[in-house]
Amino acid sequence: MKKLLVTLSLLGGLVSSAVFAAGGGPLPYKAEIDQTDKPSLQRGAKLFMNYCLGCHQAQFQRYERTFNDLGIPLDVGMENLVFTKDTKVGDHIKNSMPADSAAKWFGAPPPDLTLEARLRGPDWIYSYLKSFYVDPSRPFGVNNTVFKDVGMPHVLQELQGVPRKVYETRLIDGQEQEVFVGIETDGSGELSADEYDQAVLDLTNFMVYIGEPMILERESMGWKALLYCLVFFVLAVLLKKEYWKDVK
Amino acid sequence: MFKNLIDWIDARIPMTRVVEMHMTKYPAPKNMNFWYVFGFLATIVLVNQIVTGIWLTMNYEPSAAGAFASVEYIMRDVEYGWVIRYMHSTGASAFFVVVYLHMFRGMMYGSYQKPRELLWLFGMFIYLALMAEAFMGYLLPWGQMSYWGAQVIIGLFGTIPFIGEDLSLWIRGDYVVSGATLNRFFALHVIALPLVIVILVFLHIVALHEVGSNNPDGVDVKRPKGTVAEEDKTKFEFHEYYTSKKDILDDVVPFFPHMVLKDLMAFGVFLFLFCYVMFFNPDMYGKFIEHPNFEMANNLKTPEHVFPVWYFTPFYAILKAVPDPFLGVIAMFGAIILLALLPWLDRGTVRSWRYRCGLHKWNLIIFAVVFIILGYLGGTPGTPFKESLARVLTVIYFLFFVALFLYSKNEKTKPLPERITK
Repeated sequence: MKKLLVTLSLLGGLVSSAVFAAGGGPLPYKAEIDQTDKPSLQRGAKLFMNYCLGCHQAQFQRYERTFNDLGIPLDVGMENLVFTKDTKVGDHIKNSMPADSAAKWFGAPPPDLTLEARLRGPDWIYSYLKSFYVDPSRPFGVNNTVFKDVGMPHVLQELQGVPRKVYETRLIDGQEQEVFVGIETDGSGELSADEYDQAVLDLTNFMVYIGEPMILERESMGWKALLYCLVFFVLAVLLKKEYWKDVK
Repeated sequence: MFKNLIDWIDARIPMTRVVEMHMTKYPAPKNMNFWYVFGFLATIVLVNQIVTGIWLTMNYEPSAAGAFASVEYIMRDVEYGWVIRYMHSTGASAFFVVVYLHMFRGMMYGSYQKPRELLWLFGMFIYLALMAEAFMGYLLPWGQMSYWGAQVIIGLFGTIPFIGEDLSLWIRGDYVVSGATLNRFFALHVIALPLVIVILVFLHIVALHEVGSNNPDGVDVKRPKGTVAEEDKTKFEFHEYYTSKKDILDDVVPFFPHMVLKDLMAFGVFLFLFCYVMFFNPDMYGKFIEHPNFEMANNLKTPEHVFPVWYFTPFYAILKAVPDPFLGVIAMFGAIILLALLPWLDRGTVRSWRYRCGLHKWNLIIFAVVFIILGYLGGTPGTPFKESLARVLTVIYFLFFVALFLYSKNEKTKPLPERITK
């Protein structure tokens, strides 16, 4: 028993030191994504190709793989989701913006987005896309509460409308203070607030997919592997018992 | 027909003799408990790393321009490349998990004590080679953490007086970590260090089989010739190499199949945990694969925090706990060297903590806990409180060895059992 306790505390220490270190600042929203939701992924792909790909790329992911995994017929995909010239279906998802000019225009070249979801996590991407607000002091007229002074315009503004920071006057310690309570759009966008949330959730879902396109295959193979381990373990125990039964 | 083939081979190399000596007729104490499976598991992980490593090498491109993309190529375009890559990345961390537990086992049961000093030393050399192997392997994906981690660790050598700057320049092959560094680390990671590790593991096992396995009671299962009554002798047949030198008590079983079957049970559990990480949580909350490593190395952009991978963090915490950089490096290496010197720092003659003084038990437990907390502190952003805590724990880490050296001389131990217990 004592041995077991020592072991468990050792293992527990190893695991908990791993968990606690995940870290990062608190994010305003959680992205409830579903990798099996093909329509969501397809809508996300459409948003990505239309709004992100102008400046960003997904240079490690191929169109063909994406279309196949998302259940988009190749000819439909080529027709509707590929906007660069002379692109074959087996090509990587790239844009035609020269990196040098991009660096000049934005201060730094827009990062590749293939692995963005693995780099920052889905919650971050979802929160980031919902956290732009009007800030006239910035070159593009917008800032972001999740990524301060980001060098990116609010590309989805035509969908969301003009987002503004909302303050409330509250009594704190006997003094009236302006408190930031959230971001609200003026409603001038094509989408309602709920529709916009769904759209950026779809986009987040798609970015998680391109970050690790084998994610569903990985998990389904995982269940089989775990089942195999259990069977293996039972057989090993039985065999061990058989050989050890005469050992006193 | 089959027998003829065996005879033909045996007349030319000692195949049967070696199998008997080291497997089927090698005596292993039958009270070896679950702490004794980690050597076997470490061997399995070593094989995993070598095999998956070979397959990764087939598609990996060791250049600053191509490395990052080639890893993603393996993950996406190579058939089952992601399986091979996750087996390798999970295997690296699993290696350290089993090796740390293996080392702690040795400390609990005094397995480093006479006559197993050289066995322990070979083990420590394996550990050192493994750290070098892991460190160089971590540069290869050429992500931000690969790059800046290497920059920081190689920079440590720069703190050595007089030769430091030249030494770190020599290691990098450049003024900063660059493609030149990547190429040499690749060569060392896939050829030089695996060779060293395999040779050391061979020597480790040869040394083990020469002196025989220790056990949780730390009581010898082999006694001088002629001191054991016939009815107390083992009923199993063991190799003449062992029976001719010593009388073997009825406390042992053959390594194969008995011990191997025990090991295979443990392997089942290990494989379950391994597969869980590999298939459901391959980056293990950013500890096995750190999240900044999903961004390609950029020598103009330093990540907010630079941490080594979790298995280095206890020593990294010790390094940072010392205000002077060079003294910090000395403390860090000293922390490892002192472990290697355990056979001589521990002056006790009773091996297992079961029969040693209560102080020893607490000393060991505190040491293990301190090691884990240091690992946590070395892998998370510092605060003033955490920094002072790391200093206190660093002192306790070193006090473990001082205390052991002092109390082990005239230690009040419990009476040893005549034979191993159940």
